[in-house]
Amino acid sequence: MSGTVAGVEARLPIRSDLDLVWVRQHVRQAAAALGFGLVDQTKLVTAASELARNTLVYGGGGEMAAEHVCDGRAQGLRLTFRDQGPGIADPERALSDGYTSGGGLGLGLGGARRLVHEFSLDSTPGVGTTVAVTSWAARPPRQREEPR
Amino acid sequence: MPEHETAAEHTTPASDVGKFLHRRREQIAQRWADEPLFRTVFTVSRDEAVEAGRVVVDALAQVAESGRVADTDAAGFTAVREQLTRMVASRARFGLTSGQVSTEVDGLRPPAVNLLVGDLHEATPEHLRECTTLLTVLMGTLRLVVLETSLSEGQALIDRQHLELLEAATPVIRLWDGIVAVPLIGTLDSARSQVVMETLLESVVDQQARFAILDITGVPMVDSLVAQHLMKTVAAVRLMGAECVVSGIRPAIAQTIVHLGLDLGTVVTRASLADALGYALNRLGADIVLATPGGAGPR
Ligand SMILES: Nc1ncnc2c1ncn2[C@@H]1O[C@H](COP(=O)(O)OP(=O)(O)O)[C@@H](O)[C@H]1O
Ligand SMILES: [Mg+2]
Repeated sequence: MSGTVAGVEARLPIRSDLDLVWVRQHVRQAAAALGFGLVDQTKLVTAASELARNTLVYGGGGEMAAEHVCDGRAQGLRLTFRDQGPGIADPERALSDGYTSGGGLGLGLGGARRLVHEFSLDSTPGVGTTVAVTSWAARPPRQREEPR
Repeated sequence: MPEHETAAEHTTPASDVGKFLHRRREQIAQRWADEPLFRTVFTVSRDEAVEAGRVVVDALAQVAESGRVADTDAAGFTAVREQLTRMVASRARFGLTSGQVSTEVDGLRPPAVNLLVGDLHEATPEHLRECTTLLTVLMGTLRLVVLETSLSEGQALIDRQHLELLEAATPVIRLWDGIVAVPLIGTLDSARSQVVMETLLESVVDQQARFAILDITGVPMVDSLVAQHLMKTVAAVRLMGAECVVSGIRPAIAQTIVHLGLDLGTVVTRASLADALGYALNRLGADIVLATPGGAGPR
């Protein structure tokens, strides 16, 4: 289900370091618009930063799509990172903490998975990689029973 | 010119303009030396202005002979690009916009075209028209080449300002004898973190600091790359014989760091810059005398 909160839905290119800045900016603003608290915003922005950098560095560039998702009264933000890069031959290993093929800390994928509510990694060697994450805003306090 | 008559079928307006530029090289350069563009750039001696003019005429002649008068990438321009860049930079320092410089380049056209018209007074009106049009196009291309160099000058200026901004955004503050601090603001991208590290290490040396405080209160997010940069900086400070304290990790960031799986175990952290200063002073063995109300403060 798609919602109607302004400034959430977007497709952003990931081609340069500067694009990473826009990705973080957009995720922060979209999460705030959907009622995410500061801690949840920061977690999602950090996960997005990790995944977008992987898209850029390992996937050779790609894009992020942001979508508003609803489940009953819960508001969620789904972020999908796509690239047509070399893909990941061994996703288990890539997700394990400390594994890096590029001199990083090897915490990006595993850390991003821990920072969000739903995480899926879909990669085909030679075709590309898609990582989708979804987080849900904690119920806004004003959702108490309203006087009828 | 009888030679002109017999060879008429083999000459093109382009080769005629090329020959004209060779023949009139000196006169054109002399006239250009009095135009604002050359006069104001080469202020030391008029000879320099004339010499610079000759180089431009030679380039134009080469371009005309190659027949690529409308092509800013014509090989002939290669030899003058650097000189043009310097001239543009000089005019820009004078406060001229690229549009104004472009107008000054356009001022070089009339003297050249007038000389050409004078030389061709015996030619057919058609040939005269073709040659002047061609020279006009060629001068327009020169104008574009100059505009291109002024745009890349502008880009270089932006790059320089960007770098200066990076440096300005990382002021190292001397908090106490032997204690320096950097309040970091914004996201620590790779360029920023490099500058932070260098600036901090320099001041550790300059100030003979024993403690360096990295305050990240103004940093909105710490992902694994930012953390890696922070840890490298901490390690480098240690190699300089000083101790590094990271302060101002906000609650939201602290929770994120834990989920991310980052281990800042060996990094000394304090909640605030004040706490970090307190820690460093303590380690330095300084006596902290609390100021009494209305008192004179520490010491
Ligand atoms: N989009 C991608 N395309 C190809 N390989 C990837 C991609 N994302 C991650 N990887 C692989 O997974 C490894 C682990 O990624 P990550 O956990 O982010 O650690 P790091 O970025 O520090 O290397 C990377 O080193 C890389 O080999
Ligand atoms: Mg990574």
